Formats: sequence, structure tokens, C-alpha cells
Amino acid sequence: MKFKQFLVRLANIFNFVRSFFKAAFSPPFETKEILRQCFSVGNKSFFLIAFTSFLAGIVFTKQSRPSLASFGAESWLPSLVAQAVVRSLGPLITGLICAGKLGSNIGAELASMKVTEQIDAMEVSGTRPFSYLIVSRVVATTLMLPILVVFSDMMALTGSFVMVYSINRTGFVLFFSEVSAVITYLDIFSSIIKSAFFGLAIGIVGTYAGYHAENGTTGVGKAANTAVVVSMVFIFVVDLMGLQILNLFRR
Amino acid sequence: MKVDTMVDAVESGTAPVAQSKVVEIRNLYKSFGERKVLSDVNLDLFERENLVILGKSGTGKSVLIKCLVGLLKPDSGEIKVLGYHVAGLNSKELNELRLQVGFSFQGSALYDSMTVRENLEFPLKRNLGIFNRTKLNEFVMTALKDVGLESAVNLRPAELSGGMKKRIGIARTLILQPKIMLYDEPTAGLDPETAAEINELILSVREKYHTSSIIITHDISCARQVSDRIVALFDGRNKLEGTFEQLKTGNATELQPFFNY
Repeated sequence: MKFKQFLVRLANIFNFVRSFFKAAFSPPFETKEILRQCFSVGNKSFFLIAFTSFLAGIVFTKQSRPSLASFGAESWLPSLVAQAVVRSLGPLITGLICAGKLGSNIGAELASMKVTEQIDAMEVSGTRPFSYLIVSRVVATTLMLPILVVFSDMMALTGSFVMVYSINRTGFVLFFSEVSAVITYLDIFSSIIKSAFFGLAIGIVGTYAGYHAENGTTGVGKAANTAVVVSMVFIFVVDLMGLQILNLFRR
Repeated sequence: MKVDTMVDAVESGTAPVAQSKVVEIRNLYKSFGERKVLSDVNLDLFERENLVILGKSGTGKSVLIKCLVGLLKPDSGEIKVLGYHVAGLNSKELNELRLQVGFSFQGSALYDSMTVRENLEFPLKRNLGIFNRTKLNEFVMTALKDVGLESAVNLRPAELSGGMKKRIGIARTLILQPKIMLYDEPTAGLDPETAAEINELILSVREKYHTSSIIITHDISCARQVSDRIVALFDGRNKLEGTFEQLKTGNATELQPFFNY
């Protein structure tokens, strides 16, 4: 019975994802609502990402410096930090924060709409709630995550620069010229594409959990929890897959 | 006791002169897992009739009306609404049908994130493509006037009382001028005075919008006040049918708890 339920759920998820892509690419497009959601996604996460990325840049620099110094390679610090931040740290920090902040928000909001019959009310008034509620949110997270990741990278590198400057007075131009020397277009594009998939995962998981919530207020909590946990797992899976694919290009 | 058609009610002078069927339900079954909710339900709703479906909680009343608008799929049986066979509709046809059927939810189901005005404008913008501010305002204020709540136009659902929420919920469905209204427990959780006002509103909606209505309730005073005909649902079956007076004098044991309350 449990295996059967598992298969049913798998089929439901497949249908949900298929419906999303079908609705996302067929008119009428929810441009206004997508823009509203994009603003909401950016607005909700902006300061949190700025703060955590800045701190992560400081911490990573401070922890890496002694190891490099023991090899006499302290001058490589900006290059090391830049590669770590752009390739992995920036997307991961942004992905995980957004999974927590946006995933739970989307899951809980839709779940509470579901249990108070607001989604049913949209359905019976013929207002296409799937496009309005699901497509707009998933598209918004998919579009905004790359922007937030670029912003996060910049803040982490700024944090790193502050740390490096406070220790050995390395100038701004020197620091960032070393950063730009090691960062390739492949690093930047792969990071952006990977973070778009993080956004897609957060959006799909959050909306699925919320849209299929059951059992009153317990269901709301469960949906928020599922949205966070599952999207975090997906972020690591996508990160690993992205790395494997990227290694093929780097060879 | 059983009344097969609207004729008896019409003869007894309790219903408007009739009457083509706007809803036909035949041999309807619905289960959730092992639990059978509806078993062999058969009923008709006639044009401009107020049909009350009476029954205690958990007897499948809400499930029945959710099947009518395709929110739930029955296991078997036939549902015909305004000439549409609900089971065979594609999503476009289902939307066409839904625009002609208003659904007032038990908890009102107002959109929390929107004001009353936005709640009412939402179906207009999305279904009828009306974006002209003057026109939208005209529709909104007319619907609010019909439910007596013009002053609430800029409030949010959290600022409304239970009775006001019910009225706004009804206004939101009326704004699309439906042919059929489905009321799910319209007086549940309301004080007797507000409940009586909602009952009055249900009657006035029929007069003004010429709707046919199905009213789901376990409130016997609501049933008395608004019904042309009552179908009593027990254990997922429609066991008794008739006007309020017929059922009251019929002394059916299942209905005694309602009449003696």
C-alpha cells in the first residue's frame, strides 16, 4: 500500500511539473503577477543575503589565510576566495537562504490558502489559480535567484576584501584585479544557470507542498517544513550535478 | 412522503411556478478511500428554486456540491448542470460552466492578501478582462450594495466580522451574475440575528438575480426560511424529500433531532 502511495505521489509530482511548464509557456501570461512576485522575492531576501554573504566572505578569508600563509602563498588569497565564492559559496548561500526564507513562505502561504478554500474559490470562479499562484511564483524564484546570486557574490567578495585590507592593506584595485584574473566566463555562466535551477527547485517544491496541503493548520506547518527540507536537499543534488556537468566542459 | 418532482411544491404554493431542470444528479457515488460518502444520490434542481440539502455533519453535503462544479470527481454517476455533463468537460468547458455557477464557501474563502474591492475585482479582471476603473467600481459597488456592505469596500478580510465575510463572499460570486448559486452552510457560526439576515439575503438574491440555489445546511431555521423544497441527506443517501411543512409533519425519526432542536 505504501509503495502504491509512493507511486501515486510520484505521478502527482510529475503531473504538477508538466502542468507548470505547459501553463508557463501558454498564454495568457501572468506578467503583472510575475513582476509582483519577483519584487517580493528580491525584497524579502535582499538584506538577509547581503548580510550573510558579507559575513561568509569575511569568515572564509580569515579561515583560509593561515593555510595559505604557511605555504607562503598569502597573495593568492583573493584568487582562492574569488573561485570559491563564484563557483560554489555564493550560489549555495543564496540557495539555502532562499530555500529557508522563500520556500517556507511560499509553502505556508499556499497551504493556508488551500485549507481556507481560497484556492477552491479561485478554481470555481474560473480564474485559473494554477497560472496565477503557481506559475508566477516559480518563474519569479527562477528569475530572481541568479540576480540574488550575483549580488551575493559581490557582497562576499566585498567582505573578503575588507578582511584582506584590514590585515595587510591590500588595495581595492589590486584585490579585484586578482579576482577578475581568475574568474572565467564559464564560472559566471555556470553559476547563473545553476542558481536558476536552484530557484526552479525552490519554487516547484514550495508550490507543490502548499498546493497539495491537507489537514488544516497541521497541513500548513507540514507544507512549510517540506518546502524547506526538500528544496535544500534538491539544492545540494543540483549543485553536485552541476559540478559533474561543468567538469566535462573544463576538461 | 417522497416528492418526485417540483409539482407537489408548486401545488402547495411554496415555490415559484416552474420549471425546467437546471441540475440533474443520477446515481452519484463518491468515496474517500474506504469511506463511502455519497451512495446513490439522485436529485434535481429546478429553475429559480431554492433547494435546501439538510443533514448532519459528515453526511456528504459539501462533497455533493463540490462534485457539481468539478472540484471533486465522483466515483460514478451522472451530473448535469445547465445542460453540461460535468464528467465529460474539458478545462475550457468547465470554466464556462463555473462562470455560471456561484459558490459561497462555508468559511467565505475571501483572499486574505486583498482588500474587499480587490476580492470583487479579481474575477472581473481575470474572467471578463475588465480593467476600466470606472466600470470596475460600478460593478463592485453594485454587488456590495446588493449585500448591504458598500462601506466595507476598502477593508481587508481580517477586519470583517463573520457575517460580513459571508456577505462579501456572496457579493464576490454575484459579481459574475451566476445562474445557479451554491451556498455551503451559509449561516454556520453566526448569531441568530445575523443568520436571519443572511437568509433574507439568499431570498433577495433569487429575486434580483433570478438564480436557482442549492443551500447546504444543518440549520433548521435557515431551511425553514429559505427553502422551496428540502432534501434530507443521511449516510450519503437522499432519504427524504419535500417541503418544510411536509417533512415537519412527516415525523421521520431521522429528522426529529433537527425539528426538536
